[in-house]
Amino acid sequence: MIEINGLNKKFGKLQVLDNVSLGFNKGECVALIGPNGCGKTTLIKSILGMVVPDSGSIHFDGKDVKHQHAYRERIGYMPQIGRYPENMSIERILTTVQSLRGYTGELDSDLMQHFNIKAIADKRMRTLSGGTTQKVSACLAFMFNPDVLILDEPTAGLDPLASEILKEKIIEEKSKGKLILITSHLLSELDDLVTSIVFMQEGTIKFHLPVQELLQSTSESKLSKAIASVLRQENAFKHATSNQLQS
Amino acid sequence: MNKITRFVITDIVRNKIMIVYALLLAALSWGVFSMEDNVSKGMLTILNLILLNVPLVAVIFSTIYLYNSSEFIELLLSQPVKRSRIWWSLFSGLQLALLLAFVLGAGIPILIFSPDALGITMLLVGVMVNAIFVALAFLGSILTRDKAKGIGMAIMLWLFFALLFDGLVLFLLFQFSDYPIEKVMVVISTLSPIDLSRILVLLQMDVSAMMGYSGAIFREFFGTTSGIGICFTILLLWIAVPFLISLRKFNRKDL
Amino acid sequence: MSRLVVILHCIFVLLMHFNAEAKSLHVGRGQVYSDIKSALAQSAAYDTIFVHSGTYAEGNIEIKKPLTIIGLSYPVIDGKGKYEMVSVRASHVEFNGFILRNSGYASLDDPAAIKLYGSNYSKVINNILEDNFFGIYIQYGKHCLIKNNKILAHGIEEQRIGNGIHCWKSDSLQIIANSISGHRDGIYFEFVTNSVIWRNYSSKNVRYGLHFMFSHQDAYYTNVFSDNGAGVAVMFTKGVMMANNVFEHNWGDAAYGILLKEISDSYIIGNKFRNNTSGIYMEGASRIILEKNTFISNGWAMKVQASCMDNIIEANNFLSNTFDMGTNGTLVLNQFKSNYWDKYEGYDLNGDGFGDVPYHPLSLFSVISENNPSAMLLFRSFIMSLMDRSEKIMPSLTPDNFKDEQPLMHQLNYD
Repeated sequence: MIEINGLNKKFGKLQVLDNVSLGFNKGECVALIGPNGCGKTTLIKSILGMVVPDSGSIHFDGKDVKHQHAYRERIGYMPQIGRYPENMSIERILTTVQSLRGYTGELDSDLMQHFNIKAIADKRMRTLSGGTTQKVSACLAFMFNPDVLILDEPTAGLDPLASEILKEKIIEEKSKGKLILITSHLLSELDDLVTSIVFMQEGTIKFHLPVQELLQSTSESKLSKAIASVLRQENAFKHATSNQLQS
Repeated sequence: MNKITRFVITDIVRNKIMIVYALLLAALSWGVFSMEDNVSKGMLTILNLILLNVPLVAVIFSTIYLYNSSEFIELLLSQPVKRSRIWWSLFSGLQLALLLAFVLGAGIPILIFSPDALGITMLLVGVMVNAIFVALAFLGSILTRDKAKGIGMAIMLWLFFALLFDGLVLFLLFQFSDYPIEKVMVVISTLSPIDLSRILVLLQMDVSAMMGYSGAIFREFFGTTSGIGICFTILLLWIAVPFLISLRKFNRKDL
Repeated sequence: MSRLVVILHCIFVLLMHFNAEAKSLHVGRGQVYSDIKSALAQSAAYDTIFVHSGTYAEGNIEIKKPLTIIGLSYPVIDGKGKYEMVSVRASHVEFNGFILRNSGYASLDDPAAIKLYGSNYSKVINNILEDNFFGIYIQYGKHCLIKNNKILAHGIEEQRIGNGIHCWKSDSLQIIANSISGHRDGIYFEFVTNSVIWRNYSSKNVRYGLHFMFSHQDAYYTNVFSDNGAGVAVMFTKGVMMANNVFEHNWGDAAYGILLKEISDSYIIGNKFRNNTSGIYMEGASRIILEKNTFISNGWAMKVQASCMDNIIEANNFLSNTFDMGTNGTLVLNQFKSNYWDKYEGYDLNGDGFGDVPYHPLSLFSVISENNPSAMLLFRSFIMSLMDRSEKIMPSLTPDNFKDEQPLMHQLNYD
């Protein structure tokens, strides 16, 4: 559904994305993980067209997304830190986005009900706590029944209860056959969600593996441990090679 | 009118600063006209008012508004909306809102007290200056991400065109006072939209006679229909060029 | 004044004397004479010719003896665009109550509606002159009276129209209560002495409302000069009295209320200068007393060039002028005292009616633009008002001695 080919992006001298190629399909729930500043968010923003890559291409359903905008109708995006016009009320934000999308289908208001957004609908965005803002972001991402959900650190800042609600919603949407992209550095959060893992470091893809395969090859039962062991192997290999070079 | 433009306009119109601005313009204009017994004198005062305040408010308000809208722009960008449309909508929204404030504030008294070529020129010039400084604000705010720097640049832009440019002109006049530089000055004056506007309006007034020989050369150029056409074309370029550069930059900007 | 009374008295007595034996001739349809020329031929000196209404196109009419010619109900004398209609070549002629129109347009011999050639004690009164090259033309005239004439033309170019009342090498003329418009110069004086111009209204003339050259010991009172191409010019003259006149609406690149050039020992008193590009422009003027005048809404109230000296400018009102003063030099040899300047911002602590700090009527921009005319480009710009302000607080570039030491706190009432 999403094909990324040889994507490069530099911010000044910093190479944020270095020849990234990836492919995601329907029904997958992909976790994008990696240390801070590895290029996860830039990759996501590139898919959304918010960051313009220096080279490489992104295809959405077989179509190049460069200078396009219509494809975004099919994406729900929940940013890492939701930033909204301060003077708008929650309701205004929701209706504005709805009218911008020209969405006429049935609204998915599950999250709104579970988060009880209605009770605070007339509050202005600047009065909201970080967690509540995240709830609004989540609602916006799911509201229009998109085929693809891109969630940037979705559970950061949410309380455990809300976090659980969101997870359940993600699982529900996955079961409907949607593509879900999640970035997170809390590996434990992802255990029961994801079907495959993309690990990024310094702008490159270290590995892209289905969860089953990852667990098997490292003979671990937990995702976090499996990843840790993969990284250890890599480091050991690196050390070995660098030692070889030095000697 | 598209949804974003409409949204921007309603957002600005509800803004207290805009209401205060329109009321201030209205109070000053009505005040000036009712205090001066002579309409053309009132117009001279209004001219200074327009050429000083309108650019200042236009450039600073637009800059601040753009920086404050960065979240909104980000929100819009994740939606199925064309990039250039976002920028265009913001531009037309700001233009229309400021235009509304100007016309309601200053335009009505001007047309009531001076319903002639002078009043119309004054109004057009005000509208142009307004639009030019909004466009310059778009250019300034796309050049730097930092809000403080951006506002600083806006103030510098205003200061440059309202004051420093004229200082420079004065300096040139003294340096080259032994040469016949009137014609060169015609060209130089087009480099500042404020100067160009001022001269356009002055030439419509009696006081243009005081400009003497240089005034005569100006009238030769700006006084004719084609001259006025050229002037307004230049003013339009002052709107179009900064905005189109900013649009190009916005289309390539990473958010 | 008394001399004037004596002269008038003499004229009156003389006329009374001659009238006793003079006869009357009547011209017009159904009268004894059908045209003016035949009546003239039959007349004797000091006769009176009455011309009844009608149109008389008789080419050039020459008057060679002292006659009184009176038009009844405004008969028309038409020059058909070819002739000088009336040439007066005698003294003691009175020409009264005609409409004179369409004089010739040759430029060489300056045809006029009525021309007085070396005539003394003649009167041209109560006539209406329309579309003539020159209106009333006097050369080598003495003690003539031009009164109550309406002189109207529609000149556009300086070269193609003559003057309304043109006086040359004459003496003791009285030009009273005429209205002149649309000519080159409304009233023109060259080498005319001891004459008075009183209560005339000269407007919308192509060049000057009044043009005055080499004409000493004249006076003009209570005239209105408005909307003339270049205002009024008084040049190369001494001993002129200019009082109670109004100079207004002379707007243009080179228009003045009065242009004073090489004038000395004269008075400018109680005049009003309103809405002129420059109220008074003085060049090479000396020993002029300028007092009790009012300057309102002029571009420059006064432009005093450096060549002027020993002038006294006292007790005038300067009200809402863009600039009160302009000058091209730094040396100031003129005296300003006790004027009222509406731009004065000083104070009067001792309450004597005079401001305690001197007023500097010369603004910085006025000085800059005088030395560097292109700087007028910055007219009304923010930087200029700013510089003017700072100059007012700390004078540095404007001549220090260009000041009124005792500016008045309140406007003088001359209305």
